[in-house]
Amino acid sequence: MSMEQPPRRPLPIMKIIKYLMIGIAVITLYIWTFATIDVDLAKALERMQSNFQRIVPRLFDPEWDSLGKVWGMMVETLFIAYAGSLAAAILAVPLGFLAAINMTNSKILTTIGKWILSAIRAFPEIILAILFVVAVGPTPFAGILAIAIGSTGMLGKLYSEVLESIDMEVVQAMQANGSNGIQIMFHGIIPQVIPEFLSYAIYRFEIDVRASTVLGYVGAGGIGLLIFFASSNRNWNEMGMILLVIIVVVTVIDYVSSYIRKRIV
Amino acid sequence: MLTKQKSQASNPPKIKKDKDGRYTPMVSPWRVKGRLFAIAIIIIALLFYSSIETEVSFGDLAEGFTNTFQVMGKFFPPETGILATTMDRLIETIHMAIISTTFATIFVIPLSLLAAQNITTNKWVYNGVRFFLNILRTVPDIVLAVIFVGIFGIGVFSGIIALFIFSMGILAKLISETIEAVDMEPIQAMRASGAGVIQSIYFGLVPQVLPQFTSFTLYVFEINIRASVVIGLVGAGGIGLLLNQQIQFYSYPSAMMIIIVIFLVVVVIEYISTKIREAIV
Repeated sequence: MSMEQPPRRPLPIMKIIKYLMIGIAVITLYIWTFATIDVDLAKALERMQSNFQRIVPRLFDPEWDSLGKVWGMMVETLFIAYAGSLAAAILAVPLGFLAAINMTNSKILTTIGKWILSAIRAFPEIILAILFVVAVGPTPFAGILAIAIGSTGMLGKLYSEVLESIDMEVVQAMQANGSNGIQIMFHGIIPQVIPEFLSYAIYRFEIDVRASTVLGYVGAGGIGLLIFFASSNRNWNEMGMILLVIIVVVTVIDYVSSYIRKRIV
Repeated sequence: MLTKQKSQASNPPKIKKDKDGRYTPMVSPWRVKGRLFAIAIIIIALLFYSSIETEVSFGDLAEGFTNTFQVMGKFFPPETGILATTMDRLIETIHMAIISTTFATIFVIPLSLLAAQNITTNKWVYNGVRFFLNILRTVPDIVLAVIFVGIFGIGVFSGIIALFIFSMGILAKLISETIEAVDMEPIQAMRASGAGVIQSIYFGLVPQVLPQFTSFTLYVFEINIRASVVIGLVGAGGIGLLLNQQIQFYSYPSAMMIIIVIFLVVVVIEYISTKIREAIV
């Protein structure tokens, strides 16, 4: 069955050149990648044959005896995430105001604010955790600091976007009526942004729970420490238990948090 | 951003009505205030409880901060001697991210079609795939890396597989949500005029989701660059492995150099990817 296709509009020559250049760039990138990467596929597959049976079935056979220990560390993880994201939710407020153009009315200040926020966001949390473990020792406190600083970048950006989208007429009306800065802040701006700020803070808490499961690996407290021990001892049954606890807890928290967020906004 | 605000300001003022049709004042009534107060109490109570659980007091906080600045001195000045090795590892990291993102992008297509309610009409298949993806996304990247290092041994290959699985979970969710948001009418029209499933997906769905698809792929590439730092810590290749070695040898100035390189790379890649994404979507 041959069907008549509608006539195609000819592509302008500049577009063809553009597509060609993108295509060449992408292909070069792939050739470079696959030609230089050092992967010993045969060795990896050989290892897999001997290791697969030793690891995977044991992951699905969790060691129930360690449930108490794992649960205790999971609770610690949750508290690290909670304290960290609460600190970030507060730290991000001034930065959010700084990065919102309608709050500062100054292009320079806003640009500085945005730069600070993206600089913070560029640090992976695990690196912050490494730095803080060196600074304050291998305690949950290092984890809290890492989460607090790491989350401030994203929350500050989201906050500034919320602030930029508020109804400025309320603020202008208050200014016209002679309200001072503090009055405008508490009666004009904050009531408009509180629900969204809260919602984003809770959302960030969700992300932080996932993030803080990893931090213990470098010694910053929480369940990551158990991941470290289980992997160095090749105790895959315990790893299965850890994984099970993480999956259940994270799923429950995601569910509760999205329920609360739907109620707030 | 500025022009947007001006256009907003020129609109007629919007006064919000509540559900009974009355105009509500911005000042919160006492009921709302009471609720906010209760929430604040809960938040603070939980904070105190967590500070007991994690054995952190507010005194520690102040002490910790002053301590932090002192100890940070150990990291400076950054040791430039390690730069050459760092660059090799960095290229390895980028390679890992490129390969895993590519394969995740390919394998995610069938998966996200199966996880989109408007394409997969079979409820069992849809819910099953959704459930599987939700579970997949809760597994931390480091655990995936640890497992694959256990299976395939220390090296780049384990890292690629771990990143591949990790990014597939994120990508499948984002893309299936995009697919669910598309305009179904062209697809229905095609089906009605006799197009097959593959044809209707290719001509009706693909053009609608392609810009977002590309954008999300770039986003996941960014995430993979970051995640590969974590994954390297457990021995799955890349720059994280080098960082972990330097930390374990207490050579903090070298570690700082690596951290600076990671920071710069993340910033540059984020910048490029944001520019490309802005151009497509």
